[in-house]
Parts: sequence; C-alpha cells; structure tokens
Amino acid sequence: MATATRTHPVHSRLFLNRLGLWLFIASEVFLFGALLSARYYLQGFYRPAELNQLLGLAISVVLVLSSLTAYRAEIAVAHGDQRRFRRNILATIFLGVVFLAGVVVEWREGFHFFPPSTGYGTIFFTLTGAHAFHVLTGLIALTIVYFLGRRGRFTTGSYWGAEGVVKYWHFVDVAWVLIYPTLYLVR
Amino acid sequence: MKALGGIVKGLVFAIIGFIVGGGIGFLLMNAAPTGRGTFEPVIALGYVFALIGWLLGVGLWDAWAREWVGLPAKKLEVHGWRRYFRFSTDHKVIGVQYLATFLFLFLFAGLLAMLMRLELMAPGETIMGPNTYNTVMSLHGVIMIAVAVAAIIGGLGNFALPILIGARDVAFPRVNALSFWVLPPVVILLLLTPLFGGFDTGWTGYPPLSVTNATGTLFFLLAFITFGISSILGGLNFITTVVTLRAPGMTWGRLPIFVWGVLSAAMISLTATQVVAAGLIMIVLDRVTGTSFFNAAQGGNALLYEHVFWFYSHPAVYIVILPAFGAILEIVAHFSRKPLFAYKWVVGSFLGIVAQGFLVWAHHLYTSGMSDWLHIPFMATTEVISIPTGIVFLSALGTLWLGKLWLKPPMLFSLGFIFNFLIGGVTGIFNADVPTDIHLQDTYFITAHFHYTLMGGMIFGLMAGVYYWFPKFTGRKYNETLAKIHFWWMFVMFNVTFIPMFWLGIHGMNRRIADYSPELGGVNMFVSIAAFVLGAGFLVFAFNLVYSWVRGPAAEANPWRARTLEWQTLSPPPEENFHAPPVVSDDPYGYGIPGSIHAVIGPAAGAPRQESEVKR
Ligand code: HEM
Ligand SMILES: [Cu+2]
Repeated sequence: MATATRTHPVHSRLFLNRLGLWLFIASEVFLFGALLSARYYLQGFYRPAELNQLLGLAISVVLVLSSLTAYRAEIAVAHGDQRRFRRNILATIFLGVVFLAGVVVEWREGFHFFPPSTGYGTIFFTLTGAHAFHVLTGLIALTIVYFLGRRGRFTTGSYWGAEGVVKYWHFVDVAWVLIYPTLYLVR
Repeated sequence: MKALGGIVKGLVFAIIGFIVGGGIGFLLMNAAPTGRGTFEPVIALGYVFALIGWLLGVGLWDAWAREWVGLPAKKLEVHGWRRYFRFSTDHKVIGVQYLATFLFLFLFAGLLAMLMRLELMAPGETIMGPNTYNTVMSLHGVIMIAVAVAAIIGGLGNFALPILIGARDVAFPRVNALSFWVLPPVVILLLLTPLFGGFDTGWTGYPPLSVTNATGTLFFLLAFITFGISSILGGLNFITTVVTLRAPGMTWGRLPIFVWGVLSAAMISLTATQVVAAGLIMIVLDRVTGTSFFNAAQGGNALLYEHVFWFYSHPAVYIVILPAFGAILEIVAHFSRKPLFAYKWVVGSFLGIVAQGFLVWAHHLYTSGMSDWLHIPFMATTEVISIPTGIVFLSALGTLWLGKLWLKPPMLFSLGFIFNFLIGGVTGIFNADVPTDIHLQDTYFITAHFHYTLMGGMIFGLMAGVYYWFPKFTGRKYNETLAKIHFWWMFVMFNVTFIPMFWLGIHGMNRRIADYSPELGGVNMFVSIAAFVLGAGFLVFAFNLVYSWVRGPAAEANPWRARTLEWQTLSPPPEENFHAPPVVSDDPYGYGIPGSIHAVIGPAAGAPRQESEVKR
C-alpha cells in the first residue's frame, strides 16, 4: 500500500519523519538557547517589579493544559476515536488562542512599564515575541490538522501529520516552561 | 516560457507578498513609531511576506502545500534542461542547481576581488572611494562565504551523497528543493545592497555600525538569515538521509569518507546556524523596532553579538572544510589505489572537530575587550583542535605513502589542497596564540591566512570534486589538458598572490581598508598583478566546463575505475539512481585486496522492484 516504505526494510517512512522532526526540534533548541543566554548576558537576574505575576502564571497554566489536550488528541486518533480527536484538537486551539490573548495583554502592560527600547523590555519582547510566533505557527498547523481530520485523513495506523504537529506543540510548550521563569521568576 | 513558468509565478507572488507585508509594516510603523524612523519596517515585513510568496509561487504550493488544504499535490513533469529552472525534487537536479548557482557566484565575487585589487594597486585613491571599496569588499566576502559554506555540501553533496550510500534520493526531497529555492532571494537581496547605500560592515556585520548605517545592511542581514534557513534544512536532510537510507550492508564502518565529511558538517549547520540567526535577528530588531540589544546607553552590549556570531562562525569554518576534507580524502584514496589510511581515526577526528568546534569561538575576540581571563582557556581549546586536524592530514599522507599515484586533475587539486592547507593551518597557530594575534589581528596576515584555508583549501577541494564527478554528473568528459593547465595556473598564481600578503600584514597593512602607507606600494602592485593573472585562470575553467557539458565526448560509467557506488551506475545516473537495489558487501577502499567488491547492484536490470513505492 501507499504507506509502505520506499526505503530499505529497516526504516519506515514514519521513522524518517520522526527523526526529521526531532532534528528540527534540536535545531530550535539552539535558537531559544541563544535568546535565553542573551537575557542573562545583558540583564543578569534583574526583573522589574511591574511584571504582572498573576497573568504570567495564568497563561503558563493555560499553555501546559493545552499540551494535555494535545496529548489526548494524539491518543484518541491512535485509537481511531475521531470525535474525541477533533474535540481535543479544538480544545488545544482554544487554549492556544487564550494564551496568545494573554500575551497581548502582557504586551500592552509591558509597553507601558518597560517599553522595547529599555534593557529589560528588549529581552522581554524578544523572548515572548519569538515564542508567540512559534505558538502562532503551531496554531496554524493545528487548524490544518483539524480540517484534515474532518476529511478523515488520519486513521489508526496512519496519523503522522497529527502526531508531528502535537509533538511540535509540546516543544513550544517546553520552551515556554524555560522562558517563563527566565522572565518572571529569577532574581 | 514553460521553463520559467515557476519562476515567473514566484516573482508575481513575491510582489504581492511584498505589498501585503509592506502595507502591514507601514500601518504598524505609524501606529507605534519606534526604531530609527526609516522605512525599514516596511522593507523587513514586506520581505518576509515576499519570501513566503516566492516560495509558494515557485513550487511549494503545487508540490506540497496543496496537501495541507486537502488537495492532491501536483506532480511536475519537466525533462531536459528545463528541469534545472523548476522546483524539482530530484537530488541530482538540485545538486546541479546548487553547483551552477555557486560557481556563478564564485566567478562574480572573484570579479569583485579584481576590483579591490585594482583599487589597492597603488596607494591613494585609484578607482573608487573608501565607501565603495567597503561595499565591494563586504559583498566579495559574504558571497564567498556563502560559496564556501554551500557549494560542496549543497552541490557535490546533494548529487553524490545519496548515490554513494546507495539511496534513491534524500530523505525529504521536497525540503531539499525548498533549501535550494530560498537561495535566489538571498542573491537578489545582496545585489540590491549597493542601491540602498551599500553595506560596509564586512561579512561579520558587527554592531554598533550595523545598527546605525545605511539600509543596505538590512538587506544583508535578511539575506544572511534566509541563507541560514537553507543551511538548517539542508543539514536536517543530510543527517536523516545518512541515518535511514543507507543500502543494505552499508554499515557505518563502510561509509565513504566523503559521506562522513558531509554528515559532520550537517550536524553543525543544523544547530549552530540558529545561533547566528538569533544574533542577526537582534540587529534587525534594533534597527527596525528600536530594541537595544547593542545600545550601550540602554544596557545593551555589542560584545554579545561577537560571542553569538562566532559561536556560529567558528563552527562554520568546519562546515566549510569537513566536506572538503571528505572529498579530497576520497579522491586521494581512489587515485592512490590504496585503502584510506586510518579510516576510523579520521571518522573520530571529524566528529571530534564537530564537538570541539563549539568550544573555541572566543579566539576571535582576543582584542574585543572581553575579560582577560578568557584568553588562556580559549587559546588552549583552539590549539587542541590541531590534533584531530593533524590526524586528517596524516591520513592523507599515509594514503599517499607508497601509493600508485594517478595524477589526473582531481588528484592534482587534492595534492594542491594538502599543500595549501598546510600553510593555512600553520599560520593559524599565530592567530590562535594570544601574544601574536594581538599584533596580527585585523591585518593582511589574517586575510592571507583565511584565503589559504578558504581558497587554497575549500576551493581547491571543490575543484577536485568537480573534476572528479563531472563525468558522472553530466555524462560527458572534459578536456584533461585544459584541466591540468587550470590546475597549474591556479596553484602557482594562488601562492604567488597570497604569500606576500603575510608579509604585508606583518608590516602593518590593515585589513578592510582602501588605502595603506606608501612604502607598501611595491608589494601591493605585485600582489595585484598576480591576482589578475590568477583571476584570468578561471576563464579556462569556465570554458572547459561549459564547452564540455554541451559538446564533450560521452563519458564511460566508471572512468576512474573507482569502487564506490556512484561509479557502478550509469553516467549520468538514471532516475532513482540504480536499475536495482544495491547491496554493499565490503569496504569502499579495498584496492588490491583479492576478491573484494564494495557493492553489487541487485538483480539484473528489469527485475521487479523489491520495495514498494511510497506516498510522499
Ligand atoms: C582571486 C582570488 C581572490 C582574491 C584576489 C581575493 C582578494 C581579497 C581582498 C583584496 C579582500 C579584502 C581584504 C580587505 O580589504 O580586508 C578579500 C576579502 C575576503 N575574501 Fe577574498 N579574494 C579571493 C578569493 C576568495 C575566496 C575564494 C574566498 C572564499 C571562498 C574569499 C573570501 C574572502 C573573505 C571572507 C573576505 C573577508 C571580507 C571581510 O573582511 O568581511 N576570497 N579578498
Ligand atoms: Cu575561529
């Protein structure tokens, strides 16, 4: 069938795709690594008192929850439960949008207290911006996965598209788990 | 028209993208005036959308993105020379696309070097003012760096690597096409820089100059970032390909050494490139949105950029040189008719260089004002790298030792590489040692040193590879006499041109400057004339290549009687490379071992395929 491997018997197309995605994530780690290092290099452990701690914590929780729904979506599609799969993808998209809305509020306050031209603002807007951009790409990909799912493109044995996007989403989540303390907690 | 259809569509989409993105940039600019009050937000955002438009138009939409909205992808049916102008997913076509693009850029940047040498022929202003000189110098530098980073790995690597490991294509053919098609925008951006005030920072783009100068520099920054996308995707593809698509029997210990060279370089370009991208993005943000990464008045620090930049750019010299090492070791073994000496040690050295390459970057910062205590550790790590490099060198010598040398053009260039790289490597020690480097930094000694490694090394390796694989790529023979003339011309004149530059540097001639003190005039005149002769030599090369590709006599499948897999299939290889799946049974370099065969190509032609087709 079409999903069989064109490679040598040892490695399936799925293995190739997974390896490719992991390599991509490894590469992205270096991007965030550089940006995170810039924070400590330029600003040390400084953080302004005006940071909205409650908001920061809230959006972090939202994003972690979205990883949970994404995980449930992957499990559902693996078991052929299409409705649950789509429901959980929708929930993930919803939580992602809430997260982005939180970032917008965060930015409005940031512009007021520590605009991008200031030392901390430079770091804050760059890190949250770079991350929000990744969230945005993840949301677009999730939306595509949702509609492909509605067309019945993912079956129990073949759901790489969904799996890949969910893994990417987890990565974006983990990146935030490092960015959040870097911006909000260290001192 | 049919040939250029994709390109035209790409350009149209790019213009639409630019208008959309630029419009958004314009609105944002007026809503929140930040940055330097120029039109740079329009350019930056317009470019991002233009790039997406270009890619979609040129083939990404038809070949791939249609699937994302539930439509079937279109299959491209173009044959003959036209496919070189289309979004092809065949690694052989992509290899030729890379090679042609970068050889062309190499000749263009060479012309810029001629202009520089004209200006430097005599003290005082000769043909251009200092600002023009700076732009010419920066363009020459950055284009040559791009050639150095991508010509071997993207050109020779794309074409030869899948065949060498017995695969039908790379792991992600469409990603492969993508990594080529992001390059035309890079070229266009760089060519536009002179129209927007030029860019005068040199290829390193250090702030604060790169934050405050003319808009041309923004074009350079965007070009560099885009080039980075290509490197990252290329690296990802090569690693996955080598890990997963090796033919049965092609164990890690039997991989041809060129494959190891490309694989090691791919590991670096996959990871380190993101770091330089981060640094470049910081400059773009400082210019466009008014952040202050490098604005000391707001707590910024220009040293951050130097660290981030060299965290990539030192490993990048290994992206440049490891595939070249691989190519020349490959050639030295086949043309000495001997097994590669110390194969396992070389593989270990390649991987060691990859790892160590990440630990030495601050040797570029001895005079930058970073903390003094960092000098000694970075000097030490740098000198330790000479151990694996030395092993690679010894392997080449050990392979030559008592070999039956066959002095064909590829072999001549490989021997030239070994000679030049020795000089490049030995002079590098003076740059690694703090006491000497403090004096030599930013002089022509540095210029001479890195031309010995880049041109004397990488370019000689590239030439060796081109002359080695040309019959395979094109199915035609080139003129060997012309090729040998090219070699001797280039080898002699290269050394005549660049050796005196060491002397100039020691005598105080600064790098990156259009003028120098009058007593250096004589030697500079000599260097310039030598450079013109050197430059003229490439006409022989260009003529030989173009003429032979069009008119040359047909080449046999295995003109070098070499053992590796690419020579066991047709010249040029058929679609999907082999008429049947190859099976590897022994070492690629087992010359002179009775009964040893590296690989056989499966059951006779026409036998039914064992493997089923894949849906991509
Ligand atoms: C015909 C051969 C060549 C000649 C005559 C030549 C000459 C020059 C000259 C005069 C400079 C400017 C030095 C200065 O003002 O500081 C320069 C810079 C440079 N060249 Fe070449 N070059 C040649 C080939 C190459 C090749 C093959 C490469 C790399 C593959 C290369 C890479 C560079 C780089 C990276 C710079 C530094 C630019 C900077 O400082 O930002 N060149 N070259
Ligand atoms: Cu270095």
